[in-house]
Amino acid sequence: MLVAIIDYGSGNLHSAGKAFERAAREAGLDARIEVTASADLVAKADRIVLPGVGAYADCRAGLDAVPGMVEAITMQVIEKAHPFLGICVGTQLMAERGLEKRISNGLGWIAGDVVEIEPSDPELKIPQIGWNTLDVTRDHPILAGIPTGTDGWHAYFVHSFHIAAGKPEEVVATTDYGGPVTAIVGRDNMVGTQFHPEKSQKLGLALIGNFLKWKP
Amino acid sequence: MLKSRVIPCLDVKDGRVVKGVSFVDLIDAGDPVEAAKAYDAAGADELTFLDITASSDNRSIIFDVVSETAEHCFMPLTVGGGVREVADIRKLLRAGADKVSINTAAVKRPEFVAEAADKFGDQCIVVAIDAKRVSEDGEAARWEIFTHGGRTPTGIDAVEFAQKVVSLGAGEILLTSMDQDGRKTGYDIALTRTIADAVRVPVIASGGVGTLDHLVEGIRDGHATAVLAASIFHFGTYTIGEAKQHMHDAGIPVRLD
Repeated sequence: MLVAIIDYGSGNLHSAGKAFERAAREAGLDARIEVTASADLVAKADRIVLPGVGAYADCRAGLDAVPGMVEAITMQVIEKAHPFLGICVGTQLMAERGLEKRISNGLGWIAGDVVEIEPSDPELKIPQIGWNTLDVTRDHPILAGIPTGTDGWHAYFVHSFHIAAGKPEEVVATTDYGGPVTAIVGRDNMVGTQFHPEKSQKLGLALIGNFLKWKP
Repeated sequence: MLKSRVIPCLDVKDGRVVKGVSFVDLIDAGDPVEAAKAYDAAGADELTFLDITASSDNRSIIFDVVSETAEHCFMPLTVGGGVREVADIRKLLRAGADKVSINTAAVKRPEFVAEAADKFGDQCIVVAIDAKRVSEDGEAARWEIFTHGGRTPTGIDAVEFAQKVVSLGAGEILLTSMDQDGRKTGYDIALTRTIADAVRVPVIASGGVGTLDHLVEGIRDGHATAVLAASIFHFGTYTIGEAKQHMHDAGIPVRLD
């Protein structure tokens, strides 16, 4: 199984690659993990991961700057229905538009815009930085075996924006930060986390393992 | 609910930890990667590396340290020390850092904060503020920014500076009291609270921790959302687990899984 983690000049791909290798090993999967900027390699991959650290507009521009990449991802995910995992801004790029700094278009796979979080409690800081639990709104194989809810395991968030989902059924989990904040979105063969599974210790490795085993 | 974070900080010079790290079972306590692994296993919420390498010849060593740490530790990593250009940030992020801390460069050239935040997002940019009280007893409290390990005054008001860098895009403030640092008598709570209440981004309290109650005070009284400490953890006075349990018992939400 070839897993392509897309390198488009955005942030911390080294640890993402290592986390996927470790999760694959722990799940007993024979997976080749490639951090790659090659659209050709992405076109051959069985699973696609779109990470992302940074400002939305900058990430979108970075993705567009890789020749053939948006086309390769679209073919793999939309036409061939290969499993797709977005991470952080990679997840936000699944939405229709991002409103950070300036308005930029997303991939338009998940209904809704990426907007700044607005906690009801004014004492809550923005960005949300740290560990928070997940409230599941829809069962999903990616959460198999992961304790959720108030007493569940924690995921690591570091963000000021989230997807204001246009279709409630595309939200898989939220996290409570002065009201529900979108934590996982998904439909069909695609799923995305606002938090960083590659930085979320045991929850993260379990979730990545689940993604690698997922047969949508 | 978001949990308060406990963050051990490792001072790294020429690729070696300079303040002692006394973990039982640690083969090489001076190896930052070994120390990072131990803190990862102990449940630290984040880890901070502060590169205090003076010689520019050895500056690149930190990239290897970060890279090797990121191979083994799937936890958030902040790296600071000597960050002056956008290229420095990109290299640290590519090596495996999640957040980058800017100190002197933000004082010398505040627009650098805006350039960095525009490129990498606010959430990635931490501004480290070293502040010292300059008001006399009986006067209204006032703190100024100091650079070069607290030796060089800048005349810049710490609260105004914090607000300025946040307006430019800093996503977090790492606030160290140069009066308290190393004294083990607790954070400068007045300073921490004044700045935490003055900005909308999270503030990490730093400088002066000697007991676990000090961690509680940093959150409860200082309004910080994270507490950073070095020597109490490095010298084995307390474990991360003991710190979190103590905070939990004091009613502060922490991650115990």
